[in-house]
Amino acid sequence: MALKDYLRQRFFPHMWCPGCGHGTVLNSLLRAVEQLGLSKNEIVMASGIGCSSRISGYVDFHTLHTLHGRALAFATGVKLSQPELNVIVPMGDGDALAIGGNHFIHACRRNIDITAIVMNNRIYGMTGGQFSPMSGVGINATTAPFQNIDRDFDVVKMATAAGATFVARSTTYHAQQAADLIKQAILHEGFSVVEILSQCPTHFGRKNKQGAAADMMERYKDITVPVGSKKKAENPDLIERGIFVQEEAPEYCREYDKIIAKAMKG
Amino acid sequence: MSTQVKFVQGNEACVEAALYAGLDFFAGYPITPSTEIAELLSRRLPMAGGKFIQMEDELASICAIIGASLTGHKVMTATSGPGFSLMQEALGYAIMAEIPCVIVDVQRGGPSTGIPTHGSQGDIMQARWGTHGDHAIIALTASNHQDVFAMTIEAFNMAETYRTPVILLFDEIVGHMREKLVLPEPGEMPLVERLRTSVQGGVNYHPYLPREDGRLPMSDFGGVHRYNVTGLYHDMWGFPSADPGVAHGLIRHLVDKIENRTNQLARYKEYFLEDAEIVMVSYGSAARSALHVVKNRRNRGERLGLLELQTLWPFPRDIVREKCAQAEAVLVVELNMGQVMQEVKKALDHPEKVFLANRIDGVFITPTDIRKILRLIQGKGV
Repeated sequence: MALKDYLRQRFFPHMWCPGCGHGTVLNSLLRAVEQLGLSKNEIVMASGIGCSSRISGYVDFHTLHTLHGRALAFATGVKLSQPELNVIVPMGDGDALAIGGNHFIHACRRNIDITAIVMNNRIYGMTGGQFSPMSGVGINATTAPFQNIDRDFDVVKMATAAGATFVARSTTYHAQQAADLIKQAILHEGFSVVEILSQCPTHFGRKNKQGAAADMMERYKDITVPVGSKKKAENPDLIERGIFVQEEAPEYCREYDKIIAKAMKG
Repeated sequence: MSTQVKFVQGNEACVEAALYAGLDFFAGYPITPSTEIAELLSRRLPMAGGKFIQMEDELASICAIIGASLTGHKVMTATSGPGFSLMQEALGYAIMAEIPCVIVDVQRGGPSTGIPTHGSQGDIMQARWGTHGDHAIIALTASNHQDVFAMTIEAFNMAETYRTPVILLFDEIVGHMREKLVLPEPGEMPLVERLRTSVQGGVNYHPYLPREDGRLPMSDFGGVHRYNVTGLYHDMWGFPSADPGVAHGLIRHLVDKIENRTNQLARYKEYFLEDAEIVMVSYGSAARSALHVVKNRRNRGERLGLLELQTLWPFPRDIVREKCAQAEAVLVVELNMGQVMQEVKKALDHPEKVFLANRIDGVFITPTDIRKILRLIQGKGV
C-alpha cells in the first residue's frame, strides 16, 4: 500500500510548522506499518495533547486523541479489552514524561503490549516554547528567560529502570533507522519505547541558536553514535542510538488470560 | 420469580447489579469506602471471562475504562471523593467524546482527605459541575440495596442509550451497611445493549452524526469503521473543528440530549404525598431516617410525606415542584450543607418554605435529628 493510503488526506494540511521533525517521525512510523503489512483496521493509535499528539488525527487507523499525559492509560484500556489490536502511542516529551510520567512508568512496569513513541523535541511547542523535563540545564525557553536550571533525565534509562522490555532511540536524521526500530517495537511482545529526537526549529532551535531545521538535523548526526560505539567511551556527552533493551518477559494481556483460565476453573 | 436472596453490603449490591447489566471491564484504584467494589470485581470479572485492572491512580482508571468502552465493552470504575476529584478531567472527556461508562462515587466526608470511613453526601455538586465547561450529566443514587441494584442497572442502560458517562452517587452508609438483596433472574430486568451502526464497511460512517431520534450509533474500535475520537470540539467525523457553528451545535447537543429528557430520566419514590402538609425531600442513606419519621408521624395522624429522589442530575425540577406544590413546608434531609436544598428552592415558587435537616459531622442523620427541625417548623419550639 502506498504511504498516502495510510493518511486521512481530507484533514490535510497538517498543523505542524515548516521544518518540524514530527512529519519525519510520522513517515518512519507509516513505513514501519507498511513493511509489517498491518491492516489499518487492526491498529489503534492513542495520543495525548501537544504537537506530537496531533499525529493521530492524520492517520487512517482507529484513533483516540485523549488528554494531556494520559494516552497510555486510555491505550491500556483499549489493549487489555481487545488484545488482538495493535496499539501505538505517539507522545511528546512533556506529555509522556512530565504530566504523564506516572502513567509512563507504570505502563513500562506492567509490560503490556503497547508501542510508545516518544517524540523528544525538548520543548512544549504547542504552547509556545516553555522548557520541558527534557530541555536540560542551560537551555533558553519562554519560562526560562535566564536559562533553565531544571535538570533533565534520560528517557532510555528511565524506561529501562521501569521495566520496559524493548527500549530504543533514534533521531529524525536517521529516519530509516527510526522506521526499523519502530517496526521491531511493534513486533515486540511487551511494552516498547522508542525515543526519537525530533527538532522544533520554531521554539527550541531559534531560542537556542541551533539554526534552521536542516542544521538541527545535521546536529543529530554529530551528537549521536550507534550503541556500543568506541566514540562514546571517549566522549560521554555523545548520545547513543539503537536498541538498548530487547528481552522476553511475561506480557500483561497474556498473563491476564491465565488469570481468567484460573478463575473459571474455580 | 427469583429465589436467590443475599445478605450483603451496598457495595456488593452494586457489583451484583453491574455484572447483571453485563459489565465486562473494570479499572480502579483502592480507596475507602469503595474498595470492596474493586476487590469483589477482581474475583468475579475473570470468573465470567471479563477483565479487571488495578491502575496506578484514579486518573488512569477512568481513562482505561473509556478506552475499553470504545472497543465495545460495558465498563465501570469506582472511587470516593478524592479519587472522584481526580477523575473530573476524564469525566469531561467522556462527556465530550460521548463514551458510555459508569462511575461509582461512594461518598465520604470532604473536602480533601476528609473523613474516609464516615458517610457524607458532599459530592452532589462535584458530580454536577466538577469538570470544567458547560455540560450536562446524569447522576443516580439509592437508599437501600434493592435500589442500589436497580439504579446500577439504570446507570448502565442510560449510559448506553445516551452515549454518556453516568455517575452513581452512593454514600459510605449505604455502601458499607449490610441488608437483604433479592437477586432478579436473568432477563427479569430489562438491559440496554449498545446501539451499533448498520452502516456497512466501505461506506462513510459519521460517529457524531445523530439519527433522527437523536441517538448516535457506535462502531467498535477494531471494526470496519475507522474514525477519530477527541476531547476537542469536533465535527460529525470526530475531527477537530474551530468552526463556531460546529462548536455551538456540539455544546447544544451535549446539553440538550440530557436536559431535554429531565422528566424521562427522573427516578424517584414517593410516600404519603397525596395530602402531605410537610413534604420531606431526601435521597440516599438520609432518606431512610426521613422515611422512618414520616411513617411514625403518619401513625399519629400527622400529614407528613416523603419524596425520595433517585435521579439527582438532571435535577427533576418539574417533579419536585409538582410534589411540593401543596405543602406548607418542605424539609430537605441530606448529609451536606444543603446542596440539594438549593436545587429544591430553585424549583419552587415559594423558596421561603424550604428548610434543611442535615449533618456534616460524618455521623448518620437520625430520626431524632430530623424531629428537632420538625419541631421548629411546626412552631413547637426547640
